[in-house]
Amino acid sequence: MSGFLRLLARNKLALGGLIVMSMIVLLALITPLLPLADPDVTNTADRFLPPFSEGAFLGTDHLGRDLLSRLMWGTRLSLAVGFSAAVIAATIGAAIGVIAGYYGGRTDNVIMRGVDMLMAFPYILLALAIVAALGPGLMNALIAVAAVNIPFFARNIRGITVGIAHKEFVDAAKLAGLSDAKIILTEVLPNVIPVIVIAMSTTVGWMILETAGLSFLGLGSQPPQADLGSMLGEARSALITNPHTSIVPGLMILVVVMAINLLGDGVRDALDPRLKSGALSRPMPATRVDRTGEAPPAPEDSLLALADLRTQFHVKDRVYKAVGGVDLSLKPGECLGLIGESGSGKSVTALSVMGLVASPPGVVTGGAVYLEGEDLVGAPYEVLRAIRGKRVSYIFQDPLATLHPLYKVGDQLIEAVSSHRRISRTEGRAHAIDLLKRVRIPNAESRVDSYPHEMSGGMRQRVGIAMALANDPDVIIADEPTTALDVTVQAQVLTLLDDLRRERGLAILFITHDFGVVAQLCDRVAVMYAGRIVEEGPTDAILNAPAHPYTSKLMACVPELGGGQRQLEAIPGLPPVVDKLPKGCAFAPRCHIGTEACRQGDIPLDPHGAGRRVRCLTPVTAPQSEEAAQ
Amino acid sequence: MTPALKLTDLSKSFPVGKRLFGAPKGIVHAVQPLSLEVDPGETLGIVGESGCGKSTLARMLVGLLAPSTGQIEIDGAPLDTADPAAFGKKIQYVFQDPISSLNPRKTIRQVMEAPLKNLHRMDARARSNRISEIFAAVNLREEFLDRYPHEFSGGQAQRIGIARALAADARILILDEPVSALDVSVQAQVLNLLADLKAEFGLTYLFISHDLAVVEAVSDRVAVLYFGSVVEVGPAKQVFSNPQHPYTKLLADSAPVVGRPLSAPEGENTELPDPLNPPTGCAFRARCVRALPQCATDVPMLEPKGPAEAVACYNPNN
Repeated sequence: MSGFLRLLARNKLALGGLIVMSMIVLLALITPLLPLADPDVTNTADRFLPPFSEGAFLGTDHLGRDLLSRLMWGTRLSLAVGFSAAVIAATIGAAIGVIAGYYGGRTDNVIMRGVDMLMAFPYILLALAIVAALGPGLMNALIAVAAVNIPFFARNIRGITVGIAHKEFVDAAKLAGLSDAKIILTEVLPNVIPVIVIAMSTTVGWMILETAGLSFLGLGSQPPQADLGSMLGEARSALITNPHTSIVPGLMILVVVMAINLLGDGVRDALDPRLKSGALSRPMPATRVDRTGEAPPAPEDSLLALADLRTQFHVKDRVYKAVGGVDLSLKPGECLGLIGESGSGKSVTALSVMGLVASPPGVVTGGAVYLEGEDLVGAPYEVLRAIRGKRVSYIFQDPLATLHPLYKVGDQLIEAVSSHRRISRTEGRAHAIDLLKRVRIPNAESRVDSYPHEMSGGMRQRVGIAMALANDPDVIIADEPTTALDVTVQAQVLTLLDDLRRERGLAILFITHDFGVVAQLCDRVAVMYAGRIVEEGPTDAILNAPAHPYTSKLMACVPELGGGQRQLEAIPGLPPVVDKLPKGCAFAPRCHIGTEACRQGDIPLDPHGAGRRVRCLTPVTAPQSEEAAQ
Repeated sequence: MTPALKLTDLSKSFPVGKRLFGAPKGIVHAVQPLSLEVDPGETLGIVGESGCGKSTLARMLVGLLAPSTGQIEIDGAPLDTADPAAFGKKIQYVFQDPISSLNPRKTIRQVMEAPLKNLHRMDARARSNRISEIFAAVNLREEFLDRYPHEFSGGQAQRIGIARALAADARILILDEPVSALDVSVQAQVLNLLADLKAEFGLTYLFISHDLAVVEAVSDRVAVLYFGSVVEVGPAKQVFSNPQHPYTKLLADSAPVVGRPLSAPEGENTELPDPLNPPTGCAFRARCVRALPQCATDVPMLEPKGPAEAVACYNPNN
């Protein structure tokens, strides 16, 4: 609750709305206790007194009734009617929506077509028809306003319910023997309530306006009872001669509705899970850099090098050290595998290279990224933009999420080129076809006009690769590009990447969690744990004789095809959370050979035989003793 | 011995492009009529690529989907109604995504109590005893019971999912990709836990996965599914080391293995068959290197080959 208020208070307008609304509601609540004149007593001798008159602070109306008193009582009534209508509409609408969404099929069809029919009438016409049928009166106006708003809630809630009804926890509840009624009440409804609250908070204002509208037309509150709409209606004839009688209730309606809408928007923003997690702001075009100290020197003869790169996420008062000082280097034509479990920081490392980590909350706090000796950390956005996709390009895990669903793949390929150099339409199309051929897509000439949804997963990932190749980059960073694919398709995509790098001398940084893939594709491999490289070296050497206990344990966890039925070796415990890293080696609590010294201080990534480095005080294997290890 | 689970000609087809009146535009046969038996205490692995009908099959087995044809028998007793509550006491389901299979707004205790209350009508005291018993079996601390799902890691949440399935006291568990959302180090923990529970409670597993190595490591027998049909079934240690069906061989050759050079065992132009317009004869023949003229006209049936194996192919590898 306090978190909700804090989020709400971040939106200054919503906070203002909350304060104004609280004051109005408070005044409405204590109106009967205030020393006000009776709102319904007429005194024609004192009609149309101007505001600030003796005994009538806001003046009097055409029958000489005290306007301040009528305004207070009228506001009280309008708020009560508006809120009641909102609650009634939300309850009935949500019930209809939940039932339609949960049962689906024919039930859904019948209910929703009925709702559609209700929505086909202009709302004011419908409200008038209802009031005409029931007769004028405040209660009937309330019923009309509620009825008119039911379809809005029903449609909204139905959409949400359809999503929830297909969630796995609903299936699980069915298997636990819960009846449909129980599932709706205990599984679906608690997940729908935030949406109902959001929908209500954004429509209460509208319902107050609608009630006022009906009263204005004389169909709502009946004289002498005052509400804001009827006050306006009665003042209409004196609009020119005595404008204050219209302005007083008019201003109140304006203030009430404005305050409610601002507050409603704030409530929506604070409750919406998508807006709740990230800050309510757009990410910057490049990751924020807050580097203290000098950039470490560039390693020699490497195409792409990361030197002591540190990327953190600052969320409220917590600091997540996602990347805690990573050194990597990539030569032309080389394929470097970066292996690790989820949360080890491998994707953040990859995104940090081109400043693609979302800021806020991401911040690069140290280290450097050298592309042919030029430091890219803190480089101006224009420089980064010119390099992104041109010299360093990315392939992501889910091609369906990275390709735009509404554009043909050919157009997306052309766009990837034209954002770096001018290219004519025909030339671009020829280039796109050529790219598709290069990634071995059959019938490239016709496929260039396909939309992403018309292609299979493997085809889409090839398009993703074609896009990465569009500008002849020097480096490709592939973040789990085959994890979402079936094994047969994975084998094809891996072969393609391998061919491309041999033909074109591409350097590839290949991120994965699969040792089999690393073994088949990569020259060198780096193993990452809790944001740091724990072991690095030639793939064969490491896979044959892992030196870091984590590497060896991790390899033992993975069953390999051809081993038959067996017990697997598991690593006890869980990976550490990177906002509370232990002192010393992050793996020590799970390590079977760790000593007290491992928990004391920082452990360096030391050389360990030919071309290998390991961050461990007690490596499992001695340097350059592959034969002994086997 | 009565099989723990027996499927006879079980199939499921979905109408596609429903119209208000008249027949739908097409029918997709997600699962072709298939018959399988699982012995008590056995683990049957089911492998196949996306879209092969694995999940449809699993959902039919627990009553979440009504089969189009065929029959499910559990311990010799047929279960005809697609009523998850009737199935729930005998057969339970462990979901792929452990977090989304737990209601975010319920505590773990509420989640655990649901099957005990609704399937077994236990009173509060019996429920609490049973939950303690199960939590001890899956190595979870009882203090977790009053927390909400988002406070757990994937591995812990999957243990809770397994605990929930055990609470229903079912003897058969359908494990639908139970470890594919988990990290490898946690994956091994969960697989070992499943093996221990099986021995302790005498459970029968149907283990569905796309990961051949994992299936091989945990299963007694393996059934390979392609385009809604079983194309090969046999002992786990033989199915991948000595594949009979060309599709099984393709799967086994495609899996990345340390020490094997990278190769794509299949040409690039292969496309999966269109479910709305299925090919005649064998569904795999367009991708098959061993296809015969007969494969284009006749559908190969699953025929016994050897003591425990069966394969649906006119020209198997051996």
